[in-house]
Amino acid sequence: MFKYFEPNKIFAITSKAPKYVLFLFIVILSIGLTEALILSPEDYKQSHSVRIMYVHVPAAWISLGIFSAITFLSVIGYIFKIRNFFLIAKSLAPSGLVFNIIALVTGSIWGKPTWGTWWAWDARITSMLILALFYIMYLVAWRIFEDEDNDKVFKVTSIITILGIINVPIIKYSVDWWNTLHQPASINILSKSSIHISMLFPLLTMTAAFALFSLLIFLMKYNTELIKIKNKGLDRL
Amino acid sequence: MIENLFFMNGYGLYVWSAFTFTLVSFFTLFLIIKIQYNKEKNKFIAKFGSLNSERAAFAKSQSINKEILSNISNI
Repeated sequence: MFKYFEPNKIFAITSKAPKYVLFLFIVILSIGLTEALILSPEDYKQSHSVRIMYVHVPAAWISLGIFSAITFLSVIGYIFKIRNFFLIAKSLAPSGLVFNIIALVTGSIWGKPTWGTWWAWDARITSMLILALFYIMYLVAWRIFEDEDNDKVFKVTSIITILGIINVPIIKYSVDWWNTLHQPASINILSKSSIHISMLFPLLTMTAAFALFSLLIFLMKYNTELIKIKNKGLDRL
Repeated sequence: MIENLFFMNGYGLYVWSAFTFTLVSFFTLFLIIKIQYNKEKNKFIAKFGSLNSERAAFAKSQSINKEILSNISNI
């Protein structure tokens, strides 16, 4: 099964895909922005500040999703010795970190009119900050150990992701476990969501746009990493 | 209508700065990744060009190198 993940086969697709993904991203983002900024209603309590939700929530969801994917790929890659899984994980990390930073900054901007403060050492916000630190450690580990030894970089990055993944359920359930400033989740997959459809639609559209952006960045970064490996191969010829 | 879109009952500054920060972050990340891609791509072309005909033929026989050369300007 893993032969389908060989770089030669993947590159044939990843090298052609970015321009289509970029086009789709621009279309979906335009629809999402129109919905989020113009068409969606204001909240009866938070008024127009609720619109920040349309960038804050998708960014937080995607940064958590990407970190989980990185951990899964690193662990499976380490167990089955699939080098390409590490490349995929490495290529996902930059967009994960940027989404994490967007979630923190937009959350801070939202916090000022809602809670009256830019920052609070609240369980949800602090655990998101810790996730950003794990992303930074992961990327720095690649930068430090990449040229030394493959086994070492695979081992170190896997350990960082395993430690970091412990934080993911803490982020998810922090609003339930502790008394926090941050509101509980409004959207539940297993039970009825407390968000109205007029707000849910722009939220899902923006999530789709953000997911397409992370796919675009992933494809471009993955292609860069493959060409980098091939450059090293040409040196050895 | 336009005034309401900008000021948003006094929340315009917060809403617009959150959206602006997001879009600027997207653009910056895209630009950084694009620059890295172009750098590696140019390095690859330069290295490939400096190979003698025998080594170039061998390198070209590898399917991924062929793919890189044929899709080099695809992003």
